[in-house]
Amino acid sequence: MLSFTNAALRPTYDFVGWANYQRIFGAGNFTEVILRTFIWTFFSVATKMIIGTLGATLLNAAIPGQTLFRILTMPPRIVPMAIGIFMWGWMYNGQFGMISGLLQNFGIISKPWPILAQGNSAFWATIVTDVWIGVPMVTIYLLAAMQSIPKDLYEAAWTDGAGRFYRFRRITLPLMMPAMLTMSLLSLIATFNSFDIIWILTRGGPSGSTTTMIIDTYKTAIGSRKYGEGAARAVVICIFVSIFCLVYFRAVRKLSQGEAK
Amino acid sequence: MSDARATLPTGANPLAASADAMVTVTTKKRARSTKAMIDRYKWYEVAALYAGMAVFLFFVLAPFIEGFSVSLKPLSQLFSTPYNFIPQNGSFDAYFQMWQSVPMLGMHIFNSFFISSVVTLIVVIIVVPAAYAFARFQFAGSGLMLGGFLAVNMFSGAVLLIPLFRLMRQLGLLNTYWAMIVPGAAFLIPSSIWLLRTYMLRIPRELDEAARVDGASRLYTLRRVILPLAMPGIVVVAIMTFIGAYAQQFIFALTFNSRTEFMPLPVGLFAFFGKQEVQWNELMAASFVGILPVMIVIVFLQRYLVAGLTAGAVKQ
Repeated sequence: MLSFTNAALRPTYDFVGWANYQRIFGAGNFTEVILRTFIWTFFSVATKMIIGTLGATLLNAAIPGQTLFRILTMPPRIVPMAIGIFMWGWMYNGQFGMISGLLQNFGIISKPWPILAQGNSAFWATIVTDVWIGVPMVTIYLLAAMQSIPKDLYEAAWTDGAGRFYRFRRITLPLMMPAMLTMSLLSLIATFNSFDIIWILTRGGPSGSTTTMIIDTYKTAIGSRKYGEGAARAVVICIFVSIFCLVYFRAVRKLSQGEAK
Repeated sequence: MSDARATLPTGANPLAASADAMVTVTTKKRARSTKAMIDRYKWYEVAALYAGMAVFLFFVLAPFIEGFSVSLKPLSQLFSTPYNFIPQNGSFDAYFQMWQSVPMLGMHIFNSFFISSVVTLIVVIIVVPAAYAFARFQFAGSGLMLGGFLAVNMFSGAVLLIPLFRLMRQLGLLNTYWAMIVPGAAFLIPSSIWLLRTYMLRIPRELDEAARVDGASRLYTLRRVILPLAMPGIVVVAIMTFIGAYAQQFIFALTFNSRTEFMPLPVGLFAFFGKQEVQWNELMAASFVGILPVMIVIVFLQRYLVAGLTAGAVKQ
């Protein structure tokens, strides 16, 4: 409702119809922000899924130390997000941080590399941090899915002489598809809504290169106190998330029907 | 073993008995060897597995390693240019100095715990009857409400920040503990209801009916039959809520509260940035002190955690 008003700090406000929407879409940078959000989300979710699948496969292998490795996977999910992000912020530091420092020690780069100060690398750096926070969840969930696959299938395939990779490709992957689909949709929604990471690392900078829709909304509404316009931006986000939700519900229903058969 | 069996006097047909024993022995042996063979790795496979695990865990733990190494370095060494990963003449000084440079630090850590505990308490109190109702009764709109809860779960706090901000201002809750507790609890309730409902659905309905036949009221049934049985599920919900509340208390605290004495740890850490130069080593030390209790929790409750994480994601 607020999105149709020009609410600000003043106690009263008027209805202004679609003016807020006209303004945000007319400004030109909003479509750019939407596009950037989608690219950011896509790469983040894809990386999470790939690393998560590999991680789950490793954690599923019967090697000594399994339980310890499983516990060690969880910290990023457990510690307060902000604290994890502070640590990443220090690692990205160009002068004294770990990444730039180690790369210099090994002679890969010659000058300090201020990762968060350059638009391009800042964009990728925020993705890496988001992946880091999302990976434990994806890994543990996929691990559970992997363990629910009946052992007989593997034994039957093994008896028929199927190799490890063949078994992984023909048994594990197809049977994990539903879980992977669910997980990627859930992490898609979480990533799309992610705020803390970008806000703490870059505040949407440098020069807007990491401003996603959520950051944009926050800046407009809380930063510049334009509640009406901010609400309009929030409504656009809600529409996108609703679409994702619909896809998710549709997928879940389809899968549960498939299981019933 | 077959010999021993054959000499037993009870066997009417010793030969057949021994043959039987032979068969069971061989099948058992084959079953065992199959299991061992399928899980047996060649040495290079084991090496590859450990190498992959090392890379994976390095990615996951690198920030913690770096953070710990930073917390041991004195500031002067921290800001020296040839990068040294291993701290030279490192010390735990930062862990003692931080209490002086940010006097409210203890308060922040206490706030974090206080807010998370209250949120957990509220969520458990609300969620147990709600999950029971959703698990047992078919009432008009129950499916719709469950779907609605799931949908609410999909919107982040940031989207709803503006309406929430206005709401908090109208209720006069800005700059109080409640401004952080209420939204925190509200955002954790939906997933908790789903989690606990799934758990309660697994408790056989016959138990309810038996209690009913014996003349127990609904509430009595909930208290004396369902609650004890659902305890493991409730523990999982409580742990997940506590961790969720502990991990996610950034955005609400940042927006709805500006009083230093009410700030939880993640926001309070920004105080280290206020100095002329950022006290990174003390910042990291404070972070470690802040996350230490949660770390201990995960080591001990690892089993519950895996159950909670996965059940929370399945939602059905």
